[in-house]
Amino acid sequence: MEKVEKEPLFSAKYRKLLTNPLGQDNPITVQVLGICSALAVTVKMNPAIVMAISVMVVLAVSNVVIASLRKMIPGRIRIIVQLVVIATMVIIVDQFLKAFAFDISKHLSVFVGLIITNCIIMGRLEAFAMANKPWPAFLDGLGNAWGYGWILIIVSFFREFLGSGSVMGFPVMEKIGVYNFGYEDNGMMILPPMALITVGLIIWVQRSRNKTLIEENK
Amino acid sequence: MENLINIFVKSIFIDNMIFAYFLGMCSYLAVSKTVKTSMGLGLAVIFVLVITVPVNFLLEQYILKKGALTWLNASFSDLDLSFLSFIMFIAVIASIVQLVEMVIEKFTPALYNSLGIFLPLIAVNCAILGASLFMQEREYANIGEAAVFGLGSGVGWLLAIVALAAIREKMRYSNVPAPLRGLGITFILTGLMGIAFMSFLGITL
Repeated sequence: MEKVEKEPLFSAKYRKLLTNPLGQDNPITVQVLGICSALAVTVKMNPAIVMAISVMVVLAVSNVVIASLRKMIPGRIRIIVQLVVIATMVIIVDQFLKAFAFDISKHLSVFVGLIITNCIIMGRLEAFAMANKPWPAFLDGLGNAWGYGWILIIVSFFREFLGSGSVMGFPVMEKIGVYNFGYEDNGMMILPPMALITVGLIIWVQRSRNKTLIEENK
Repeated sequence: MENLINIFVKSIFIDNMIFAYFLGMCSYLAVSKTVKTSMGLGLAVIFVLVITVPVNFLLEQYILKKGALTWLNASFSDLDLSFLSFIMFIAVIASIVQLVEMVIEKFTPALYNSLGIFLPLIAVNCAILGASLFMQEREYANIGEAAVFGLGSGVGWLLAIVALAAIREKMRYSNVPAPLRGLGITFILTGLMGIAFMSFLGITL
């Protein structure tokens, strides 16, 4: 961390690393990374939040590890080195969840393991950690994981609210009493395809607000 | 035999890797621009799945599972190495992908040229690791079932990506709202296809 002293810890450049992934550089809606394991865990909010935190831990720590080792890793075998670092972190997170949050770990089933092949992590390691110092790599990891996490939380909020009528397990719809007027939960929101459509709609909203992100018609 | 057919059909249509579990979405979205390339990637995925799932099954049965090491020494009967399965599975997948790449390059250069770029990508395709983890979770009884499951998942993946690519080729002629172009409409399309695939739910043979 000695060399970083020339630049303050939270200079404008570093703050950008944290804030860009939330909007115009979002890993899910713009970079199209890490969709694989993201969508299946968004039926309820609690597993989505746990998943977001797990990804954050794994991404931040492995970014720092790879960034500190970056000069020692031979280019030819870098993928396997990255996989070993990621897999080790994921095993730690998985064992931790099994010990302290067994129900949620059961619910997430194979998706914790799939953090290993989550493109967001490999993508950030390749694109950022291999070329930067540990501290910016750490911020980049936090920023991207948070950008990933908040899309997860938005999607799971809508799916749980409209699909099961609750927010984080609290039965909001029942408390308001809309069921008495003939309101019914939309069971379709719980089905897997609706996660994709929800993300599609989020992308639509984001791109109609930020015109620079619109893709050319090829 | 009936059991095998059941697993095969189930893993193609009902437990489809893309529509039911969203596995392998990254390459699914990135490579589905033309039918030809998506066909190539799909075939490569089937190929790797058919090899890695049975190999990982053997690994699970004879090394990782609780009491699996008794063939070495009876005193290992309560040794449980399953916490190592992530790292073992991914190592197997990465090395098999490397191996397959070298074999194809040596013996069929033509196939290598058409698959070349996709093969290294496959090592980090979630569908491959996902199939191994589902294999572990669902506790298939023997190596035949595991192999059929791998084949079925691969075929399901191929079907999904080729279908999407075909739709996207036609999409170029339609007038999509500007903010939805590209990624957004692809997501919604996949969702609609997923709903269609749900009609297979509950089929048993």
